[in-house]
Amino acid sequence: MAMTARQRARTSLYVQLGLFVVAVVALVITIDWATIRSAFFNFEAIGGMFPTIILVGLKNTIFYTIISFAFGLALGLLLALMKMATFAPYRWIATGYIEFFRGIPALLVFITFGFGIPTAFPGVVWPTWLVVMVALGLVAAAYIAETLRAGLQAVPRGQYEAARSLGMPGWRAMLTIVIPQAFRIVMPPLTNEFILVTKDTSLIFVLGLAMGDYELTKFGRDGILQYGAGITPLVVAGAMYLIITLPLGQLARKLESRSARTKR
Amino acid sequence: MTETKRSTAAGVKITDLSKSYGPVEVLKAINLEVKPGEVVCLIGPSGSGKSTLLRCVNLLEQPNGGSIDVGGYNVTDPDVDVDQMRRHVGMVFQQFNLFPHLTVLQNCTVAQQKVLKRGRAEAEKVAQANLEKVGLGTFASRYPDQLSGGQQQRVAIARALSMDPNLMLFDEPTSALDPETVGEVLSIMRNLARDGMTMLVVTHEMAFARDVADRVVFMDGGVVVEEGTSEEVIGNPQQPRTQDFLKRVLDPTHVDVE
Ligand SMILES: Nc1ncnc2c1ncn2[C@@H]1O[C@H](COP(=O)(O)OP(=O)(O)OP(=O)(O)O)[C@@H](O)[C@H]1O
Ligand SMILES: [Mg+2]
Repeated sequence: MAMTARQRARTSLYVQLGLFVVAVVALVITIDWATIRSAFFNFEAIGGMFPTIILVGLKNTIFYTIISFAFGLALGLLLALMKMATFAPYRWIATGYIEFFRGIPALLVFITFGFGIPTAFPGVVWPTWLVVMVALGLVAAAYIAETLRAGLQAVPRGQYEAARSLGMPGWRAMLTIVIPQAFRIVMPPLTNEFILVTKDTSLIFVLGLAMGDYELTKFGRDGILQYGAGITPLVVAGAMYLIITLPLGQLARKLESRSARTKR
Repeated sequence: MTETKRSTAAGVKITDLSKSYGPVEVLKAINLEVKPGEVVCLIGPSGSGKSTLLRCVNLLEQPNGGSIDVGGYNVTDPDVDVDQMRRHVGMVFQQFNLFPHLTVLQNCTVAQQKVLKRGRAEAEKVAQANLEKVGLGTFASRYPDQLSGGQQQRVAIARALSMDPNLMLFDEPTSALDPETVGEVLSIMRNLARDGMTMLVVTHEMAFARDVADRVVFMDGGVVVEEGTSEEVIGNPQQPRTQDFLKRVLDPTHVDVE
């Protein structure tokens, strides 16, 4: 029996819907809701975590993110400029750096760092914020550099030439004319990189943190032992990340649609 | 009253200038002189090397041979301070190249402040005077993308004038404009010429060249084919290549599809 294309599409939609309903019903029946409740959404544990999770965990996560991103941005800009330099060794160094740090897991970098700093500088104690800033920033810089380079190359060459023809030296033309425009162009991907750094702060527990230095994930992991409430503390920590990342994601999308609109 | 102080007009003397891109010789032993206060129009078919020649004068392109003298200053000397030289040479581009992240006023003050080290108040005064000169005194706080093409090009002229240049280079300043805004830009350039600015202008506007240019230079294939007064070159060309080019430009039915 022949079906029209429309009939076929409708039948297939009904089949998909039916399968979906069956799957949901099966899950609802088989899942042990009481256990879920006590292991994921344990209210006593949730209550016990506030307000410390905000005052310590969320605060530190935001603090680490900002300082690491700032460090990564400065280093990333330097790498992006090196990658575009006429002096070939600069390009080689920048390329090597970027490929290396994008090619290995961030966790390995942090472990190496946590172990390497005390070994390399015996007797000198780096404050936690500094270790975090450098470790996270070194990795972030590799990604930021590529983004910025794309932005710098997206600024029309005529902008640089106009600045030079007004008597600006090359560095001044870059600083005053090209770089500000490049930053505008890359605001959306840069915001996304900020979100990535926020999430990467969850890996720095491997550096060994004192209690007051806990960020959200370490705070949550500790809570698991402390409350015996399943992974409820991690669920809470996850919600805290979303408080930061969801609005930023929204912002990135807004910037993106704005720059798409102004592009003519 | 709004007249800004003008440095003295400088002449340009180009001697045996050559320029190659790889194996391609784009300029072949060009000789050209623009006397102080003179307006010279460069005409010629696409790809003949007009832009390259203009861009060699302020060293946006590095010549391969020959010498260029701007106001008694040998710019092709390897020891020359390029940035110092460019302060006195204004350039206007086909695509305007206004800085889109700065207001119209800031476009005209940024180089005054960063390069000439003028204070903000003085820079703004000079900028405002030049914006008024191009008829855009009330547009100071706008951004370039809020202006028409003709207005943007006038801002670009005001931006260059704000550096008190003694030589102005124009590379097809009206080629990217809608036909109805071409006139406003050309009339600004006429005024500049009348005020005694030394100008080297690449243009396809034959009427402008005929009316304003003291001399017209026809280029083709990287060489100067013919030069003389506008009556001579445009009115009564001697070389077959010039005649052919002018016929194509002036008679629309012969417009080259390429
Ligand atoms: N950066 C470059 N690399 C290689 N070749 C180039 C470069 N710039 C220009 N050329 C070549 O040099 C020749 C002259 O170019 P130029 O832009 O000076 O011509 P033009 O007379 O200004 O033409 P138009 O009227 O189209 O602007 C052309 O053949 C062009 O292809
Ligand atoms: Mg050209």
